[in-house]
Amino acid sequence: MPIYLDHAATTPLRREALEAMMPFLTGEFGNPSSLHGQGRRARAGLDEAHERVARAIGAQPREIVFTAGGTEANNLAVKGAAWAGKARGHRIVTTAVEHHSIGHTVRYLEKFGFEIVEVPVDRYGRVDPDAIEAAITPKTILVSVMLANNEVGTIQPVAEIAARVHQHKGILVHTDAVQAAPYLPIDAAALDVDLLSLAAHKFEGPKGTGALYIRHGTNILAQEQGGAQERYRRAGTENVAGAVGMAIALELAVAEQPETVARLAALRETLAAALRGLPDFEETGHLSDRLPGLASFLARGLDGVAVTTALDLAGLACSTGSACVTGSTEVSHVLTAMGYPEDEARGSLRISLGRGTTAEEIDEAARLIVRTIGAQRDAVANLRARGLVPPATGSREPGPMATVEAAAE
Amino acid sequence: MTRVLVAMSGGVDSSVAAALVKAAGDEAIGVWMRLHDVADSYSEFKRSCCSLDAAEDARRVAAQLDIPFYIFNLEREFNDGVLQPFLRSYLQGRTPSPCVDCNNVVKFGALLGRARFMYDCEAVATGHYARIENGPEGHRLLRGRDPRKDQSYFLYGLGQEELAHTRFPLGELTKPQVRDVARSMGLTTAEKPDSQEICFVPRGDYREALRDRAGWRPVPGPVIDIDGTEVGEHFGAAGYTVGQRHGVGVALGEVRYVFEIDAEANKIRLGRREDLLVRTFQVEQMRFAAGRPPAARPGSPEDSFQAEVQIRHGGRTAAATVRPGVDGSWIVETEEAVWAAAPGQAAVFYRGDAVVGGGRIVQRRPSAALPPAGG
Repeated sequence: MPIYLDHAATTPLRREALEAMMPFLTGEFGNPSSLHGQGRRARAGLDEAHERVARAIGAQPREIVFTAGGTEANNLAVKGAAWAGKARGHRIVTTAVEHHSIGHTVRYLEKFGFEIVEVPVDRYGRVDPDAIEAAITPKTILVSVMLANNEVGTIQPVAEIAARVHQHKGILVHTDAVQAAPYLPIDAAALDVDLLSLAAHKFEGPKGTGALYIRHGTNILAQEQGGAQERYRRAGTENVAGAVGMAIALELAVAEQPETVARLAALRETLAAALRGLPDFEETGHLSDRLPGLASFLARGLDGVAVTTALDLAGLACSTGSACVTGSTEVSHVLTAMGYPEDEARGSLRISLGRGTTAEEIDEAARLIVRTIGAQRDAVANLRARGLVPPATGSREPGPMATVEAAAE
Repeated sequence: MTRVLVAMSGGVDSSVAAALVKAAGDEAIGVWMRLHDVADSYSEFKRSCCSLDAAEDARRVAAQLDIPFYIFNLEREFNDGVLQPFLRSYLQGRTPSPCVDCNNVVKFGALLGRARFMYDCEAVATGHYARIENGPEGHRLLRGRDPRKDQSYFLYGLGQEELAHTRFPLGELTKPQVRDVARSMGLTTAEKPDSQEICFVPRGDYREALRDRAGWRPVPGPVIDIDGTEVGEHFGAAGYTVGQRHGVGVALGEVRYVFEIDAEANKIRLGRREDLLVRTFQVEQMRFAAGRPPAARPGSPEDSFQAEVQIRHGGRTAAATVRPGVDGSWIVETEEAVWAAAPGQAAVFYRGDAVVGGGRIVQRRPSAALPPAGG
């Protein structure tokens, strides 16, 4: 059985969530908008899910909008706030290390005339609240800063940022709490944010379900038009089972949080300590303000894709900083924003622990990583000795145009 | 269990190759190579073996076979070793052999190296129609059993070390048999049509690739007939291939073929069919499957050898004597004339079904053969 240490990508669905979902996947199939008994029972399940999620993050039930996941929650928050605020301004402040569902969404809005400011981060992936505040102008309508980074695990000072931003009138603060939710206490009121995104499958809930917290009185423009579902903020028949599963999973994650955090932080430290002596190998991200279960490393001179491939073959599931399906050589925007050169950033490795991770698994994972990194270094030397260039150990070649024209001259 | 990396293109051949590796009891690992930017597109380039659609087909088959599947990025190797030489060849008036380069540099170069050293694989398997025979004198590369599909021509660059770590599971099969295997296993690629084109030239027009990838801007120039008279204008010398039929022949009353391309002077020269027949040509960058040339026949000059030469994929062979020339090149003398031995094309030497070696046909010196421009 392979060891699964890629919980930042997704987690298994926990049994309690599945059991809570089952009635709504079978007998209680009603549409919550229907007036009949089936409809009412589905509505009751959905209402209860709103209540549970709200309670878990210190919100009111009406402040929760269920979505089809974290990406949709982020899209709804950013686009909804942007279009609703367009009359007042057009400037959106965010950071250079956001998830693509923020980064690509603001790039999309840029095409419609919004001005996007990506505030840089330091070597540890932290954004400076002063820098956020300095980026604010009278035309700013939204500030979006993630609570914890998905690649390196660095936690952002969101509460402080929100406090600073709210000294200026009329600016909404959004935080992407997708990675943070299982591990950080999330209290919407304490964070003082207006919008907050969650994804169920990051805390052992079902895939395809997320939620956006929208502080009462916050005006955002719905991105789906149709029925009156979710108080007109997200049209479409609700995924009742998903919402129910998410609510249970979040409730349990919050209840178990102190224990989970303590255990995973210790396991993470064991792993990091075991790898600390490796040559040309370093830990990335913030040293203390970080997610307890996420360890990120950088193996200089190696290709993170090759390392994770070899680890997969050896029975350890993990990832490079940025998963890429199509095999493109795109480098992690997070690590480059943290100041790592492209060729170094290619050597990134992300090990993310979960509630089910055991000490034995961590010991075995450390052994596999040490062995694989060593074997990969030998392989690189071997390939070089044969005149073959190892993968992704240099920055990209100049475009073909330049080289061919030069050759043709 | 032996670990074998299978290069899966998403076509039926490599799908069956993967299935046969697994059926033989080996640990098969499927890999689709991302080689160039055509890979960024989906359905527009449906027919190419290198689009994302192809990657998805390969992934589906790997899932059906329950084997691991990865995408390797080999864009840099492909660009430097295949794409740039391809473009350079045309721009210099030669005929490229991208499939030969791809085998030498990418599949049995970079990919095999990674398979062996980075992923502990014993071998790379591909869906080529060719055979490898292991005997006391080493590994021999043989033609595939299906004469219509034999791909040994493209594989002449494999030496002993590559052959020792290569598997061609389809070598004993015919194409219809391969399709039958795919159908019987229910592989999703069973009915997928064969690809006919160069993978990075998705619409089959290499001139488009020259324009898009090499910034080629065709400049018209003179077309000169075999007797030295100027008979027309071409649209740009790099857009022609030796042996290509040329339309001007209609006006001349007899069919004309491109005989020679002088890219530097931007001229092309035409010939009648018989003018393109040669019995002697020169080959460079020779590689021998055994690592050394075959022994000379008793009584023949030392270093020379007899073999049958083939100068294009699927082409006929001609008996030949091959002897060393200057600067490491080799001189090939055929018993019967061969037609359109285009510079840049691969000349592959066989003895029976076995590949002895091969090289690239050398460019003649066209400037000496062509009269000065404007006459």
